[in-house]
Amino acid sequence: MIDKIFSSVAAALADVHDGATIMVGGFGGAGMPVALVDGLIAQGARHLTIIANNAGNGETGIAALLKAGRVKKVICSFPRQTDSQVFDALYRAGRVELELVPQGNLAERIRAAGSGIGGFFTRVGFGTRLADGKEVRKIDGEMYVYETPIHADFALVKAERGDRWGNLTYSKSARNFGPVMAMAAKVAVASVHEVVTLGVLDPESVITPGIFVQRVVRVERDGAAT
Amino acid sequence: MNYKKLTRDQLAARIAQDIPDGAYVNLGIGMPTLVANHLRADREVILQSENGLLGMGSAPSAGEEDFDLINAGKQPVTLLPGGSYFNSADSFAMMRAGHLDIAVLGAFQVAANGDLANWHTGGNDDIPAVGGAMDLAVGARQTWVMMELLTKAGESKLVERCTYPLTGVRCVSRIYTDLAVINVTPQGFRLAEAVAGLSLAELNSLSKLSIAP
Repeated sequence: MIDKIFSSVAAALADVHDGATIMVGGFGGAGMPVALVDGLIAQGARHLTIIANNAGNGETGIAALLKAGRVKKVICSFPRQTDSQVFDALYRAGRVELELVPQGNLAERIRAAGSGIGGFFTRVGFGTRLADGKEVRKIDGEMYVYETPIHADFALVKAERGDRWGNLTYSKSARNFGPVMAMAAKVAVASVHEVVTLGVLDPESVITPGIFVQRVVRVERDGAAT
Repeated sequence: MNYKKLTRDQLAARIAQDIPDGAYVNLGIGMPTLVANHLRADREVILQSENGLLGMGSAPSAGEEDFDLINAGKQPVTLLPGGSYFNSADSFAMMRAGHLDIAVLGAFQVAANGDLANWHTGGNDDIPAVGGAMDLAVGARQTWVMMELLTKAGESKLVERCTYPLTGVRCVSRIYTDLAVINVTPQGFRLAEAVAGLSLAELNSLSKLSIAP
């Protein structure tokens, strides 16, 4: 029998190792798996590489992980925001490395990793400093830049409902990076607000098929782990 | 000086006037977001938001905010009937492959060849953030820029060559400013319209350029 439901966040994250590469879903606060990130802070793994759209907002989620000194490197598209003071201070102090990636390249590089694609050529970034040193090719008269896939050891994804096979649905724009990150990680851990029995999720409405998800854990809507 | 600069709202309304019925549009964060408030009621324009919304509606009324439903500026929004949600890879497929008719972006500088600089001032202490700007700049069918013509220091943001780091090369087709609307042509900047009372000579003197009539 397949049962991907974990009883606690701590159990779902117990084997995260020092130096792990971890994708974290979310766009600003929407889709940010705060309970899982809090669990990662409690778990204690260090020297992490975090792949996410932002580099933390306020003092919670990725910002709290950064503040706890667990992050070696951030790969993201939009670190600087009005409330990214934790990242800003660490970056200015040279205590965290940044790889800045255009957001569409970030999504597509993650998707490529999850799809067995060895990279792709895109027009995005050509002629800019974010393409410095990268292979370029002329395709149909236009210049394209080669981008590599981004894999991860773990993905932390906030979903809405899930079942023991790992099928997931999301809530509105909180979906964002969740589906592609789940595909690209060796171990995708999804927090859900409701665990349902098999067959309750309409197959037409399943957004992430369970094959992409290894662990599901229920958390309260306020972010607290059950 | 016999002319008046457009306010930001007037500029937003001016841009909205040029967005045709049926257009799929992405409004960049910052000033371009204002265009949404001036879309014409007699036209159906579908707004896309990079975080996974098509058919984005206006801000919810107080007390109705849902923080799972936000725009690219991370403010609560609503979804119109007929709207849809999708993941980031699908969202950027829309943005990168010419599915959007128009992207309206802010800018630090636009060059006469259509080069755009809007993500980084290049300062050493400046933390860069690019978001979806590079994707939109080259991926929409048309990229329009909305900006004030002059910086606070009075320097023209329309330039011969960008000095700030580029967002995209030869990607801007039209620039809407508080003083004039300017097209980018193979021959460089060409004036489409200026605010009442502003002559091309005055515009060229302000911008230190030779914009073609």
